[in-house]
Amino acid sequence: MERRAFYRNGTLPWLLLAPQLLLVLVFFYWPTSQALYWAFTLEQAWGGGNTWVGFANFLAIFRDGQYWATVGRSAFYAICATGLSMAIALTLAMFVDRALKGTRIFQSVFVWPYAIAAPAAGVAFRFIFSPEAGLIGSINDIWPGIWSPATNGWHALGMVIVCHAWLGIGYNFIFFLAALQMIPKSITEAGAMDGARPFQRMLDLQLPLIAPTVFFLMIMNLISSFTDSFGLIDTMTEGGPIGATEVMVYNIYIDGFKGLDYSGAAAQSIVLMVLVIALTFVQFRWVEKRVHYS
Amino acid sequence: MSAITLKSVKKRYQKSLVVHGVDAEIEQGEFVVILGPSGCGKSTLLRMIAGLEDITEGEILIGGTVVNKLEPRERGCAMVFQNYALYPHMSVAQNIGYALKVAGMPRAERDGKVAKVAKSVSLEAYLDRKPGELSGGQRQRVAMARAMVREPKVFLFDEPFSNLDAKLRVAMRAEVRNLHRSLGVTSVFVTHDQTEAMTLADRLIIMNSGIVEQIGKPSEVYHRPASLFVADFIGSPAMNLVRGHFAQDGYFRHGKGGMIHLPTIAPALISQEVSIGVRPELVRRVSATAKGAIAAVVDYTEELGAARLIYADADGSRIISVDTATDALGTGMPIHFAIDPADLHVFSHDTGRRIELGEAQRAATQTRINA
Amino acid sequence: MIERSPIFDFITYAAMVLGMFLVLVPFWITLVAGSQSLQEVSQVPLNLWPSTHLLENIQAAWTRADLGPKMVNSFIVAVGVTLGKIVLAALSAFAIVFFNFRARMLCFWVIFITLMLPLEVRIVPTYSIAANALLPFQVILDTFGITGLVETLSGIRIGLEWNLLNSYTGLILPLVATATGTFLYRQFFMTIPDELVEASKMDGSGPMRFFFEVLLPLSRTNMLALATIMFVSSWNQYLWPLLITTDRANFGTVVMQLKALIPAQNGTPDWNVTMAGALIIMLPPLLVVALMQRWFVRGLISRDK
Repeated sequence: MERRAFYRNGTLPWLLLAPQLLLVLVFFYWPTSQALYWAFTLEQAWGGGNTWVGFANFLAIFRDGQYWATVGRSAFYAICATGLSMAIALTLAMFVDRALKGTRIFQSVFVWPYAIAAPAAGVAFRFIFSPEAGLIGSINDIWPGIWSPATNGWHALGMVIVCHAWLGIGYNFIFFLAALQMIPKSITEAGAMDGARPFQRMLDLQLPLIAPTVFFLMIMNLISSFTDSFGLIDTMTEGGPIGATEVMVYNIYIDGFKGLDYSGAAAQSIVLMVLVIALTFVQFRWVEKRVHYS
Repeated sequence: MSAITLKSVKKRYQKSLVVHGVDAEIEQGEFVVILGPSGCGKSTLLRMIAGLEDITEGEILIGGTVVNKLEPRERGCAMVFQNYALYPHMSVAQNIGYALKVAGMPRAERDGKVAKVAKSVSLEAYLDRKPGELSGGQRQRVAMARAMVREPKVFLFDEPFSNLDAKLRVAMRAEVRNLHRSLGVTSVFVTHDQTEAMTLADRLIIMNSGIVEQIGKPSEVYHRPASLFVADFIGSPAMNLVRGHFAQDGYFRHGKGGMIHLPTIAPALISQEVSIGVRPELVRRVSATAKGAIAAVVDYTEELGAARLIYADADGSRIISVDTATDALGTGMPIHFAIDPADLHVFSHDTGRRIELGEAQRAATQTRINA
Repeated sequence: MIERSPIFDFITYAAMVLGMFLVLVPFWITLVAGSQSLQEVSQVPLNLWPSTHLLENIQAAWTRADLGPKMVNSFIVAVGVTLGKIVLAALSAFAIVFFNFRARMLCFWVIFITLMLPLEVRIVPTYSIAANALLPFQVILDTFGITGLVETLSGIRIGLEWNLLNSYTGLILPLVATATGTFLYRQFFMTIPDELVEASKMDGSGPMRFFFEVLLPLSRTNMLALATIMFVSSWNQYLWPLLITTDRANFGTVVMQLKALIPAQNGTPDWNVTMAGALIIMLPPLLVVALMQRWFVRGLISRDK
């Protein structure tokens, strides 16, 4: 919808926009271009500025088998966390959407994980999954050593993924439920008149109709799994054991702030940025083909 | 045996009663229109027949079976929704065939039926389209085809034409009428549009604030309205209605203090508070000297083409008359009307119900109804 | 609708109860462990019912992680980000939606591109800007030779410097510099009918009057939604505060302290204190979400669609 009632004023809009534009310039565009600059240059050992090295920084990380392992791990992490979180949230939303008696309580509780800081959830899950403590750890009493996230990389990664998925339930649930409730009631009624039972209506009518939301959430979840995992990993495993939970964001932090390799970290940042932009782009292309209720 | 029977059906939402005990019988193959202003409970009633709303009290029978507890799919009704409620992600063919698919009909048989029904509503060229790619009229047809394909015992229509423009509405009306004639399926049609109702219905159920005001043939409802509400609601221009009482002297005295010379028709009514009404087309213009002439003054006229409406003032009360004469009439001009007492409708002020005025009147209205 | 599907209804409730269990378990464990003594919390298997030591555990966590001043810091940051965002985003969205000027679409994109890259992705360079937030302007002055010019003319060398490390501004500003709020307002402003603008023009009010007297009152729900979202997300920030506050004692936030609460590898496994700490740290945003649910759900959805 194009607006026709505009104000015309030479300076006012600029005054209104100035604070936001300045902030965005200083804290977004400058750092982003700085990252590009660093990614293509190398800092001299004894000061004296940066020298242009072209794609050398990228080649360095791409030749590094460790880096590819990190990328692979990140992808695995992202796909598992996204799949798990969305599957749970979608199931819950579908059932809540039936609006049986007492559903409201469930509905509000399912949103709660959204409010929790990743590190806080990380701490809680670390305790829940701790091999020494008395929850999941109890199974070690039955089969000693069967659960050991401190030494087994898969255990550690699985634990972080479960926690990430749990954190995402609230957000995903809100969107799924909203999408389901946006389906006109008469469509469900028409389905009932056509003889479809509730479960069949879920599969035949509701699920296809919220496909755009499923896709949208998938992209949002993938992006968040690639970028938001720092707080969890830092509190749960610190990348261990032996790098088994080091994902891209964590690697950037380690290389940049612990290893002080700005160029390498910048190159990694650029790779991650390209990945995120690509995902967003896919999302935008899809949005244009969305189903419309008419 | 009636196709549908409603036995003091009530619907309550929280505390408010929206349908106050409706009784009605709908015969096999009949086309019944439920007519009423918005919010009168007509859609709720239809949705209770469909099984989309719970019945708070009373019973609904379809084909002799109580269906109160039956799910929509078990009632053998098909419904055309106001906004069509087509499945936006399915093609036209899938939309039409969905009910058959749910019922487990084999693909080949299903396709055959869908094709046949689509042909009957001229949709065969659009079977692969999505509803979003169709015009309003085409969507309407898909909605009807979807209902027809199941060969239901009852068709339910919930204001199906309200999203169409006036021209298309007339065309669809004819189509529904033809459809009903060829299929002969019992149909219940809800609308607030009285023209639609009058042209489609075998019988009308007129509702107002959850109450059935009258059930009858369109001509009955028009010529012998059972209540003040029906008299006022049906007909355009609306019936002339004046509130007051008949006096001993043969005059009707109305609320504003004025009087109209109307020889008393029913002595029993004298000094009882009533509303009297007469259809504008039955208010005849007469000369000033004619017997029983009512004197009035022209307010203004409305040209309709074939006739004109005269809005006149008779001692403080408004009289509308349909007039075919062509003489010049200006504001303030004196004019005289006559009303045949047999054409008069009288309604009790207390109950709003019709008061029968005896055999003469009954015979006069009956002639009109039969005409 | 009349529907008898007792089996499916049962499945529905069963699934919802299971979901409730899934969602609540971490909260419950946090509460249970946080209320137990060291002995109780070290039991295998853990007793799943709360004990009586909650207050003393909270006290222990409070002193160990120095949560008093950290709470204050967290509140300052969360409220600062929330207020900053509500004000700035309203202004910029107003300019973008209601003014016709040449660079309108450009400004729109300049701001909205920022939605694409979360802070975490550009954390390294953003950190470097914190050392001197005015560096971009210095570079601009240097590039155009203005620095040199001023120096030869007046003898004063322009050296712009604004260090954001260990400051509330440093904690707050980068979090305000995103498009979330602007987008939310924009989506809402787009639904304001043209007639409203035209009517206010006919009534003789200028743009700012329209903004304050029509637009803002209408946006109240959206502001509540935005406030909830921003409060939660800024309270829960972890990586950025970790980097920008080297002086943890004075500028640390509560979420940063969580790690300090985790029992050391070979120390006492006093998870009860850890969990009590975690409980109070997760409480404020949880309360905000629980109370504001109705508003923020609506806002969240219009933000991302």
